[in-house]
Amino acid sequence: MTSECESRSKRARLLPWAPLLTLAIMVGPVVAGVLGTLAPAFGYLPALGGNSINLNAFTMLFDWPGVTRASVLSVTTGIAATGLSLLLVSLICAAWSGSKAFGVIERALSPLLSVPHAAAAFGLAFLIAPSGWIARAVSPWLTGWDRPPDVLILQDPYGASLVAGLVIKEVPFLLLMTLAALSQIPTAQARQTAMALGYSHVSGWFKTVFPLVYTQIRLPVYAVLAFSMTVIDVALILGPTTPPTLAVQILRWMNDPDLGMRFVASAAAVWQLALVIGALLVWRLGEYAVARIGRWWVMSGARGGATGPIKVVSLTAAALSASAIVFGLLGLLVWSFAGFWSFPDALPQAFSTRTWMRHTMALWPTITETLIIASVATLVALLFTLACLEAEERHGLKPSTRALWLLYVPLIVPQIAFLSGLQTLAIFTGIDGNRTAVIAVHIIFVLPYVFLSLADPFRAWDARYGLVARALGASCDGVLWRVRLPMLLRPILTAAAVGFAVSIGQFLPTLLAGAGRVQTLTTEAVALASGGDRRVISVYALTQTAVAFLPFALALLVPAVVWRNRKGLKHA
Amino acid sequence: MLSAGLKLEGVTIRQDGTTLVSISDHIEPGEVLTVMGPSGSGKSTLLSYVIGTLNGDFDASGRVILNGRDITGMAPEQRRVGILFQDELLFPHLSVGQNLAFGLRASVQGRAERTAQIEAALDDIGLGGFAARDPETLSGGQKARVALMRMLLSGPEALLLDEPFSRLDMERRDQVRSLVFAQARSKGLPVLLVTHDQADAAAAGGRVYRLGV
Repeated sequence: MTSECESRSKRARLLPWAPLLTLAIMVGPVVAGVLGTLAPAFGYLPALGGNSINLNAFTMLFDWPGVTRASVLSVTTGIAATGLSLLLVSLICAAWSGSKAFGVIERALSPLLSVPHAAAAFGLAFLIAPSGWIARAVSPWLTGWDRPPDVLILQDPYGASLVAGLVIKEVPFLLLMTLAALSQIPTAQARQTAMALGYSHVSGWFKTVFPLVYTQIRLPVYAVLAFSMTVIDVALILGPTTPPTLAVQILRWMNDPDLGMRFVASAAAVWQLALVIGALLVWRLGEYAVARIGRWWVMSGARGGATGPIKVVSLTAAALSASAIVFGLLGLLVWSFAGFWSFPDALPQAFSTRTWMRHTMALWPTITETLIIASVATLVALLFTLACLEAEERHGLKPSTRALWLLYVPLIVPQIAFLSGLQTLAIFTGIDGNRTAVIAVHIIFVLPYVFLSLADPFRAWDARYGLVARALGASCDGVLWRVRLPMLLRPILTAAAVGFAVSIGQFLPTLLAGAGRVQTLTTEAVALASGGDRRVISVYALTQTAVAFLPFALALLVPAVVWRNRKGLKHA
Repeated sequence: MLSAGLKLEGVTIRQDGTTLVSISDHIEPGEVLTVMGPSGSGKSTLLSYVIGTLNGDFDASGRVILNGRDITGMAPEQRRVGILFQDELLFPHLSVGQNLAFGLRASVQGRAERTAQIEAALDDIGLGGFAARDPETLSGGQKARVALMRMLLSGPEALLLDEPFSRLDMERRDQVRSLVFAQARSKGLPVLLVTHDQADAAAAGGRVYRLGV
């Protein structure tokens, strides 16, 4: 419905500009940042005496002995993490969609999603380390170990633990995206038709539903690939060290006291961007190949039979992935209260609140800073999202599929590739190193998630409520504030919680825009990683998790209390 | 009054060059004009045009005159045209009383006076004491009556009905239908009824206008 709303007020005249402004906020910094990375990469940075265009920085980059290994790691860990996550999500959906177990999986999603990457990575690290819970659980009775074995599990040179850390966080994300896609496709019909024709549950799903779902989750998959290739916080905790992944090495160069290393850092960031583009192209070719094989498979008419084993395997893998997070958090909890704890005891000899007590004073300012940044960034993102959606409603400014791509720009262009450029620009204009800069950069990443989360419920709202309200004498603004927003309270709060969690999880944007002077729970927790004090790390990682989880709890609780006597809004 | 009632003067609605609706009529106060036609014939489009929420995809010409006022270019909230749909569309976040308060004209002022009028209105439709109830807990017939009353409290000068009875079972349908027509007649409101149900047209008792596909 695009009913004419008078545009007499100033605010109403600004509304049609909301979509354009929102895109500018998200895409503008990315473009500026990439340019700010490109220039010094090719030697141009007058403030540091770089006045000529040359390839010196690239020569230095490729003279670095670790470059091949770091680049290969970036590509292999990224593709492995994405491929495994997608495979697991597809298998779960193929084998279990429509079943009771699937309902349980769906409900477990939101809490798992809200766990920040860094906290999940720490939890996993404390599980799988040679002195971690798993080794303790089987020692000494099974292994004979009475001291931690001297094997490199954490930070293994192949990046296997890094891949594991990424998979446990990307599976919930891709599953959520897949569920959203599934809700728009008549899957039950397709599956029943396939089964009536004698296809097994799993092969029927892959032949009829998967092609439709994949076209809808393609952009999220690309975002996962780009993210996994360039992630920094998880790589600092779980990734290899000599050499580290390319993204981690770039951060080291950027923090090098020798400012001249910025040229190499920029060149490496450009190289990283090229690697991501290359990997995306390879992935795209892989899609063609899989589609070809798939068509051949469909033509063969094979009915498939192995549903049973696939059901068991996929559910086990999903349970394993979820329990890695759950037991990881439990491990953090035990460590944060642990007194003396020797190997191979499964539990500490004594519990104490000492670690918490000692760090409470230092935690508060960090919690406050984290909350302020997340609240402001989320609020701004929510306002822009609502303005866009309302402009779409009132002025028919519906984004095309092409415009949806733009929404994913900040999620697909690697953070390291444009944030380093933004920081270079910011340093020489003097606007970095404060809270405002951090909030501004957070908004770039919070906005797409808030928009993606809120757009569907906002559009699905029955527009006839608006019609009735207007016929009863309400203005366009009246409909928005008195009818639409109250009815959409639950999805709005959920979108806000998503935005909040995204902001809290940001590591690199906080570090770079804050120039190391703005400390959030995430930057503090990751900074503690190298120290290796498990008790303190646990305190910070748990606090980070709690702060990210709280808004999700509120998003459930507040509508349940406010609308406790409104049955019509139970499922809204 | 010289031109009391709802007048449609040469109303023509086109989409992609095809004429969907072309109608000129004058509905007297208290009279019901029934517009019938198969789905897709543009019945609801005509209603959207009269309340002022026609989508930009359509191309419309003509004028709508209500009690001598030309409302063609007005915003929906200024037209004083009430509408009922086949779903009651009670606002789920408001209580029954708040739903009625949403409709009640702003010119009725003072908390006590507004509450009194809402209570009286609930009594009128046999739902006295229902003000604090969650609309979702009402039966279909009760919801339909609240929706009708909510609209009447906004003081409309004309009534549009978009297949408003088709969701109710047979017995309720007759009750609600006669309540709606009785209210419209007693308040002297011109009624434009859109339906594909012959029984609705018969109960309305007025003229019938048929739209082709």
